[in-house]
Amino acid sequence: MSEATMTADVKTQDGQLEFLVKGDHHPQNGTLLGFWLYLMSDCLIFAALFATYGVLARSYAGGPTGMEVFDLSLVAINTSFLLLSSITYGFAMLQMQANRLKGTLFWLAITGLLGAAFLGLELYEFYHLIHIGATPQTSGFLTAFFALVGTHGLHVLFGIVWLVTLLFQLKKHGLIPANKRRVFCLSMFWHFLDVVWVGVFTYVYLMGVLP
Amino acid sequence: MFENLDLTKLIFGRLTWDAIPFHDPIILATFAVVAVGGVAMLVALTRYKLWGYLWTEWFTSIDHKKIGIMYIILGLVMLLRGFADAIMMRLQQAMAFGDNMGYLPPDHYDQIFTAHGVIMIFFVAMPLVTGIMNYLIPLQIGTRDVAFPFLNNFSFWMTAGGAALMMISLFIGEFAKTGWLAYPPLSGILQSPGVGVDYYIWSLQIAGVGTLLSGINLLVTIVKMRAPGMSLMKMPVFTWTSLCTNVLIVAAFPVLTAVLGMLTLDRYLGTAFFTNDMGGNAMMYVNLIWIWGHPEVYILILPVFGIFSEIVATYSRKPLFGYTSMVYATVVITVLSYLVWLHHFFTMGSGASVNSFFGITTMIISIPTGAKIFNWLFTMFRGRIKFDVPMLWTLGFMVTFVIGGMTGVLLAVPPVDFVLHNSLFLIAHFHNVIIGGVLFGLFAGITYWFPKATGYKLDEFWGKLSFWFWLIGFYFAFMPLYVLGLMGVTRRVSHFEDQSLQIWFQIAAFGAVLIAVGIAAFLIQLIVSFRRREALADETGDPWDGRTLEWSTSSPPPPYNFAFTPRVHDLDAWWQMKQHGFKRPESGFIPIHMPKGTWAGIVLSAISVACGFALIWHMWLAAAVTFVALIGTAIYHTFNYDRDYYIPAEEVERIEAERTKVLANV
Amino acid sequence: MSEHTHDHDHHEAEGPHVSLKEYVIGFVLAVILTVIPFWLVMGNVFESSTTTALLILSFMVVQIVVHMVFFLHMNFHSEGGWNMLALIFTLVLVFITLAGSLWVMISLNNNMMPGMMG
Repeated sequence: MSEATMTADVKTQDGQLEFLVKGDHHPQNGTLLGFWLYLMSDCLIFAALFATYGVLARSYAGGPTGMEVFDLSLVAINTSFLLLSSITYGFAMLQMQANRLKGTLFWLAITGLLGAAFLGLELYEFYHLIHIGATPQTSGFLTAFFALVGTHGLHVLFGIVWLVTLLFQLKKHGLIPANKRRVFCLSMFWHFLDVVWVGVFTYVYLMGVLP
Repeated sequence: MFENLDLTKLIFGRLTWDAIPFHDPIILATFAVVAVGGVAMLVALTRYKLWGYLWTEWFTSIDHKKIGIMYIILGLVMLLRGFADAIMMRLQQAMAFGDNMGYLPPDHYDQIFTAHGVIMIFFVAMPLVTGIMNYLIPLQIGTRDVAFPFLNNFSFWMTAGGAALMMISLFIGEFAKTGWLAYPPLSGILQSPGVGVDYYIWSLQIAGVGTLLSGINLLVTIVKMRAPGMSLMKMPVFTWTSLCTNVLIVAAFPVLTAVLGMLTLDRYLGTAFFTNDMGGNAMMYVNLIWIWGHPEVYILILPVFGIFSEIVATYSRKPLFGYTSMVYATVVITVLSYLVWLHHFFTMGSGASVNSFFGITTMIISIPTGAKIFNWLFTMFRGRIKFDVPMLWTLGFMVTFVIGGMTGVLLAVPPVDFVLHNSLFLIAHFHNVIIGGVLFGLFAGITYWFPKATGYKLDEFWGKLSFWFWLIGFYFAFMPLYVLGLMGVTRRVSHFEDQSLQIWFQIAAFGAVLIAVGIAAFLIQLIVSFRRREALADETGDPWDGRTLEWSTSSPPPPYNFAFTPRVHDLDAWWQMKQHGFKRPESGFIPIHMPKGTWAGIVLSAISVACGFALIWHMWLAAAVTFVALIGTAIYHTFNYDRDYYIPAEEVERIEAERTKVLANV
Repeated sequence: MSEHTHDHDHHEAEGPHVSLKEYVIGFVLAVILTVIPFWLVMGNVFESSTTTALLILSFMVVQIVVHMVFFLHMNFHSEGGWNMLALIFTLVLVFITLAGSLWVMISLNNNMMPGMMG
């Protein structure tokens, strides 16, 4: 709006109000705001899943409870992967800010690997649960659990696919403004997933094992 | 032998020849008509060599104006389908008494009422509203396109793709028989094992992607791309209400996506979200879908409030009364619309405190809405009102919507709702606000902005005829339903025993016929106006002596909308420009930066539809292939960095010189 | 580090300016705010589940704020305040969705299936 107040009373030489912008006028780029709005909408998908989990969390239907199936040390390791990947993404951002392509690529790759490690461990957890008979079909509780954690995992997977794509695009075109914008957007996405995970490990895992 | 069987299953899933409804003469006849019409159209397009033109000028276009027009065409086409469903229901209910079972078996009748609801909300009202927003917002805020032109094209094609999938269900398989919100456990796999609910799910999911992205797109457009000087409180009212609508879209549609996703898991993987057994909770579905569903009705009505505001101001030749209060009322409605969802299921049994809370919030939301009605009345007060067709729709709306609003407040009282829940009274109420509000507003808006989009006005006579038939037809069709609802008749019933009710259904059917005449008059109006386009031409670009920036450019506007970006000093920017004797510049043009057209939107949407179809019929191989293709194409598209070009100054000069010539003749 | 290369891209430098300090502080805080709740639960520090639950939920809220500030660089200026406005609106809606759904569904269970509430 600062632009609006600045130009409110632009007049021509003979004191008339000026009704046109005579030069080349470029509106601001809206990609970052648009992407943020997308994340906000994603946030509401998670809100619906959290609400469902909240409602179904104690519907065990004779199946196992959270206390019986959750392995907190596994979750702790997984959390540390995701947290580490957050700061490595930060390093990539710093490298990009300094216009160092190689450093950016390096830290992005590390971030992607940490994401993959997170995903691998989560898949192992799912495999283990299904193996011991705690499948998504067992009870309302497990359905909601798999849906919420799985949706988060799918987002991480999507983030990794995007990250790999971005690596190629950075290699091809370098740190041009369009690519910088993409790195910014992915950083928001990545940190946003971290925020969701904070909700997941607290609300699902930690509260799930409380007696 | 078994290997063969498996292969067929892998490729065709559960799709067999039985899925084609050869046994149903009604559908077969429809199919014949559609097929003949479709083939005729394809032949015509080929004969007149229009494919290339359509492809380059329309399908791949990222021009917000063309996309807006395509949305509106989609909405109008789907209106015909939705209305065909409506009149079939009216006919069935008017005749199916006692021994007469009517002409529709319950199985078919159930699909019709479901399809009618889904089509009218998702594929008529939404595309029409989005289309008008798409067309107008950039023009009203003085910019050249939306923030993300490619996404805009993609959004349109996803919406159209959803509609296409929905139409396919008519001829291959079946549609849901669950009512338009597909409550489980009825929509669960046990009670609805067929493909109907899957068609429902995937057409809504595909269209939902489009809706969400277009919401984000228009939001960013309004926030970031307003002409210099246009502060928030100098935005045209329609832009304001669109801003709020898009906030609602971005904030509500994810919940629909999530809840449909959960229903999908229940149906495809046998999970236990909404099942009766295994600890599922079907009521959670009802709760979640209305968290989306209630904002949805405001998504539809808010832009229409904006349309009426523009029209009332223009035809009363006065600035809108209480602009500020109008804006605040809109914002209050936006927030409150998230706090009322439970009034759709007072009878579920959440108890007195929950019901009281949501009953009270519902009643509160009628206050800002009422304030708007007064604003429009005061705008008209002592104005020099011209009773053109858009103004007639507006007046029809004001009377009809107030009635609908009042029956809504009645239903907001929980004890009353326990009597009227799911009765025809409810049906009458929401048709009263959706037809009397949304639809009247859309017709008003289409008539009002038609000359802007095409360069010629709509014929008055047929427009008035259409209006009066719609208005009177509406009252004939829905007032009897209020009566029947009060007598305790419930919705979604295909046969009645009590003969004394029949007369009311016959009156309602008569009303539906009147509405049919109204729709026909509208279509005739389009044809007549096209043939008289020379006489009805609008060469000024400002046929109604308008107030906002869209009237400052030519009709239809050039691809770049404005040769120079306007500079805004006050509300009603164009009015002020006219008051100050603004002179259009005729030289000094500069090259204009514009986005390029792209094939990606229509291709991605086509793959999505194929993927949806494969998922519906459990064709797992095809589903996997199309899904991978979808992701691959999307990634491939992101490697395209060359997305814009400059319209050279000479071209701009040529277009503007033509306009100068036209204006000189006016 | 604040010098951006000005090529002929006439858009202003986009996105927030980030610093190492920010990320390190954010990371350290996040680690602390993660370790404590895990310790509270895994070490059975409190007898009462309610106390633990309330505590770890508050740690969750604080940690979310930490992530928002230090990793997502949220403030009231970026994008003319629209980012923050969108975030606050979303949080209000998330709260309405969560609290509202739980309130509605728990009331429903209490009323309709009194026997089943454990």
